[in-house]
Amino acid sequence: MTSSCIEYEEITKSYGAKTILHGLTFSIAANLTTAIVGESGSGKSTLLQMANGLVVPEKGQVSVFSSIINSGSVTAQRLKIGYSVQGAGLFPHLSVFQNITLMATLQKWSDADIQNRYQQLMQLLELDEDLRDRYPFSLSGGQQQRVSLCRAMMLKPPLLLLDEPFSALDPVTRDIIHAEFLKLQQAETRSMVLVTHDMFEATKLAQQIIVLCDGRIEQQGSVAEIENNPASDYVQALFRAGGQGNA
Amino acid sequence: MPRYITNRFMLVFLLAISLFAQSGLAQQSENPLSITVGSKNFNENYLLAEVLSQLFEHAGYTVDRNFGMSGTLIIYEALRTGEVDVYVEYTGTVAQVILNNNDNPSLEDLNAELLSQGVEMMSSIGFNNTYALTLKRDYANELGISTISELAVQPDIDMGFSIEFLNRSDGWPGLVENYGFTQQPVGMDHGLAYQAIDDGSIDVTDAYSTDGDLDRYGLLILEDNLNFFPRYFGVPLIRSELSVQARTIINSLTGRIDETRMRELNGRVLLDGKSFNEVAVEFLAEEGLVARVDNANASSTGMSVMWSNLWRNTAVHLQLTFIALSLGCAVGLPLGFAIYRSSRLSRAMLYIAGLMQTIPSIALLALFIPLFGIGQTPAIIALFLYSLLPILRSTITALLTIDPVLKRVAEALGMTRVQQLRHVLVPLALPNVLAGVKTAAIISIGTATLAAFIGAGGLGEPIVTGLALNDTSLILQGAIPAACLAILAELLFELLERVLVKPHMLVGQLPT
Repeated sequence: MTSSCIEYEEITKSYGAKTILHGLTFSIAANLTTAIVGESGSGKSTLLQMANGLVVPEKGQVSVFSSIINSGSVTAQRLKIGYSVQGAGLFPHLSVFQNITLMATLQKWSDADIQNRYQQLMQLLELDEDLRDRYPFSLSGGQQQRVSLCRAMMLKPPLLLLDEPFSALDPVTRDIIHAEFLKLQQAETRSMVLVTHDMFEATKLAQQIIVLCDGRIEQQGSVAEIENNPASDYVQALFRAGGQGNA
Repeated sequence: MPRYITNRFMLVFLLAISLFAQSGLAQQSENPLSITVGSKNFNENYLLAEVLSQLFEHAGYTVDRNFGMSGTLIIYEALRTGEVDVYVEYTGTVAQVILNNNDNPSLEDLNAELLSQGVEMMSSIGFNNTYALTLKRDYANELGISTISELAVQPDIDMGFSIEFLNRSDGWPGLVENYGFTQQPVGMDHGLAYQAIDDGSIDVTDAYSTDGDLDRYGLLILEDNLNFFPRYFGVPLIRSELSVQARTIINSLTGRIDETRMRELNGRVLLDGKSFNEVAVEFLAEEGLVARVDNANASSTGMSVMWSNLWRNTAVHLQLTFIALSLGCAVGLPLGFAIYRSSRLSRAMLYIAGLMQTIPSIALLALFIPLFGIGQTPAIIALFLYSLLPILRSTITALLTIDPVLKRVAEALGMTRVQQLRHVLVPLALPNVLAGVKTAAIISIGTATLAAFIGAGGLGEPIVTGLALNDTSLILQGAIPAACLAILAELLFELLERVLVKPHMLVGQLPT
């Protein structure tokens, strides 16, 4: 494998008495989309949030592009790491344009650069120009999620973290956004980590898959490897569950 | 007179506190020709204070009228700390309430004790405003009685006394002991007793010997032939550093007003509906103390006086509320932002602020007198403390109820702490915080009416005076504008919300 974007070393984390990650060591490949798949409570979101310092491991360390995530420099490091969550997490008091461009404005980008990048993203995600001054409450779920992706990519981060961004959408909208997501992979090369409980979404959108079960890595490999050679009943069960579809 | 707080414990407490505060805070009038006249909040005391004030004004003094203070302890502390230079007290109250001396001390003894506190008692104005037993003049004639001893042996007599009189040792229990009463009296509100006597439901009630109502109802005061009731002569209390000139002016009242005269003057206010100002002008002219001509300016028409008072009181009221609320915001908002993350600190602060809220306003104001004197300073501090709870609570609640996903996203996008505050936390908390400040403003406008009890002025002034005089129109002159101010504040904050907050943030739900 080529270079990696995130390296986890000996990561342990517990909430209260419950240990949810048991000394995990693994890395995630750069310039690819990697899906972390697992049931609710398997620790997948926690792993993701360690990459941008929202969650601090009890033991071990996380490095992004070879620099260790620590409290002193994490604010600056986050500018290179996009983040989008289930339910979009748009700021309700800001318009679509303000939501997407807020960070660029705070980073003192020029007006022209902001406008260009904004236009580019709106086109990429097929968002209508009329939405510019609308507030999040008046957008559909799909539109909100697209705006959230635009916001995450505004600063052209080399790494994008996606925490179940599509799981709250209806199946039709989800299919459309999946297609746009694939287009986005083509348009801008970057490392992406997608957390999902849906194995079919993982195989459709990612090149690499990490299956997580009870805080341990059950299987890690390319999509083809996982599909053709599931390591355990758990992995197989994830395929079956995904096949029934869930909203 | 026994119309005010006589809680001795309170006095001891206040004095103890004042030891710490000491007289560093006390201030003297710099200008020898300026003087502050104080009064308690009942008819007679207002009137005498106004008489004193006008006497000083005619002698060329600038007079600061600090009228309507609630209770002996408050006004006496004000005198001691130099907030007030002179007011009219009663000898029985000086002995029992101020000096806590029940051994029937002589005037010399009292004066010696007062001097050690920087206070002096002047000669009596003349009247003895003590408790008295009273009944209809006609009925007294019918029974052929004129003394309390004669009343005590009347078998079929119905008596109704104020609750306080029934329980004070210098009231009913003492009467029973000294005069051998065997009848069973009933307790009733003092204001209702006169009406009860008028319609015949009771025959005898307690009264104050200078009560203006006595003449209205044709009542006779029975002679206290065993000299049981303590003496409550009206005496000016002054700060001992007062100049000879000022003392001379005060002494011009010595012996001038006896009980009948005082009753008649009180009646001019209570029964004839004249203002204190008018009656004082009349009195000084009648006594030849001041030529009536001088007073053309003082007796301006009632309406214009009412309006100018209204504006002045409203302005003071707004000033008190505005300063207190600004302080409340200046402290409550940053404090809320600083501590909301720690639930322990938040809880502790809310607990303390809540505790402040439970202290009755009057008690809090009284406690502040030794520390901050009287007037606007303690009033503002009290209002500030009352406004702190709603502001702090709404700020903490607003911050805690922000969708945690939004806080996480703001952090994850790479915003600094300041940026998170400026672009996410503050705008999202704003609607709730504004609601809290609005509540605080309305509470302050209401509570500020009580500030008049310690001479801070404002719309409470006509309310306090009106309560003392049982004058509804005067009460309304404070209550209506105060209510209007509260409504105005409500509208103002609505406007502010409209300017500062997007409409969907006020009514809509946060999208998830």
